[in-house]
Amino acid sequence: MARVVVNVPADAKRGEVIEIRTLAGHVMESGFRRTERGVLIPRDIITRFVCTYNGVEIFSAELYPAMAANPLISFTTVATESGALEFKWTGDNGYAVTESAKISVA
Amino acid sequence: MTTRREFLVASLSSMAAGNAIAQLPPNIAALRQAALEEAIRKVVGDAQVRPGKVKLDLPPLIDNGNTVPLSVTVDSPMTEADHVKAIHLFTEKNPQPFVMSAHLGPRAGRARLSTRARIADTGKVIAIAQLSDGSYWSDTVSVVVTLSACLEDGLI
Amino acid sequence: MRFFLAVFAFLLLTAEIPLAERRSGYEFMGRETRAMQDDDTTNPALLWVLDGEALFKTNCSGCHVDLKGVAARFPKVKEGRAVSLDQQINACLKGKPFPYESRELLALTAYVAKQSRGMPIQSEWNEATKPFLERGRAIFNRRQGQLNLACAQCHDDNWGKQLSGSVIPQAHPTGYPIYRLEWQGMGSVQRRFRNCLIGVRAEPYAYGAPEYVELEMFLMWRARGMKLETPAVRP
Repeated sequence: MARVVVNVPADAKRGEVIEIRTLAGHVMESGFRRTERGVLIPRDIITRFVCTYNGVEIFSAELYPAMAANPLISFTTVATESGALEFKWTGDNGYAVTESAKISVA
Repeated sequence: MTTRREFLVASLSSMAAGNAIAQLPPNIAALRQAALEEAIRKVVGDAQVRPGKVKLDLPPLIDNGNTVPLSVTVDSPMTEADHVKAIHLFTEKNPQPFVMSAHLGPRAGRARLSTRARIADTGKVIAIAQLSDGSYWSDTVSVVVTLSACLEDGLI
Repeated sequence: MRFFLAVFAFLLLTAEIPLAERRSGYEFMGRETRAMQDDDTTNPALLWVLDGEALFKTNCSGCHVDLKGVAARFPKVKEGRAVSLDQQINACLKGKPFPYESRELLALTAYVAKQSRGMPIQSEWNEATKPFLERGRAIFNRRQGQLNLACAQCHDDNWGKQLSGSVIPQAHPTGYPIYRLEWQGMGSVQRRFRNCLIGVRAEPYAYGAPEYVELEMFLMWRARGMKLETPAVRP
């Protein structure tokens, strides 16, 4: 089942600033909602997102309950060299998902 | 400002659960403002946060507070010497004030970030950028959030 | 005499939207929500569509190559009953149907319907469809619930105005299944009907009830010629 989707251009010119879009399928239960009977629904969110480019961290973020469900995180990076971008999401209840994308830089 | 809906739900659920903590206190606005200020202080410390350089883009009238697309752009050359280190997002009226803290650097090329937040009630959304020289800059946007008309829960 | 009065009253009561004035719910949303729908790479429904693609490969590609244009013709009449797209998918799955509103069924329906995106909704009022469309129309015009409201009163007579801060759309099901911001997830048109029924404080029918399919069929006829937008994003 598609847990995450990443959108990275397949190729870029050296020095070009590229946009990376990531979408994670996650309910992001805030921990503030209650059932009809008043029982608190426990928090279950993605708490951290990290992106590395050939092993070097180029972007990271801490996420809080105020992030919408199925969080979108869209950011930029400079296309420095060909290789792989790795994405990692971690969160409550042992949530851990990784995804990768290749980029060819001329 | 506690809506009538929030108050009724809270008092009904506290009666049902027999748990007095569920009830929202009457000074909720003041408490949330204090929480927001403390959250910003936690991130910024004693440094002064100046308005400017940051542009927070989000709709002034929000279709649905559950998912609000927004983007933050910071005016910065993003060089090794002068770049944005972090962008922090806060809301005024949510149960807790943090939305996201993103860490950038010169490899970003541009200080630009897009995401989707939850905004519980009409109020302010604040973006604070931390620059490599240790200075903090911000932008604040006031938004109006309305509740959907036809919901699944029905009651209240 | 009573008959003519009834017809006259009926005509006064239902101010059906002229065909040229029909607008999709898309046009009543803010710019940013529309952008969410428009960008295929960031539309949250993509998560379901990708699942649907995988499910299609496993369960459907044995018989079907592609299903372009199919969703634009549903619901349709089959063997004396009105059948919706998700019911048809379950029928095809023979013996192992997915439950209503399950992630699998929503994913498959979204994937199949997306293949008709941009195509005009095709619906005909003829001898075969007439009884179902008339029942659907009756549901649309009937006052229901404790608030005693008919669908038509909001969606025909007061579209464009505001109800509790939200703009009332015309209720054309042009993008189902939709990613509804209120649900923070994907849902079917039946789920949306149930929201409205609960909204007027009526007891909703069970999932899969013929009333929902006939109402959907009528709404698709009402939206005939409008373009399918699946997977849509709606507030």
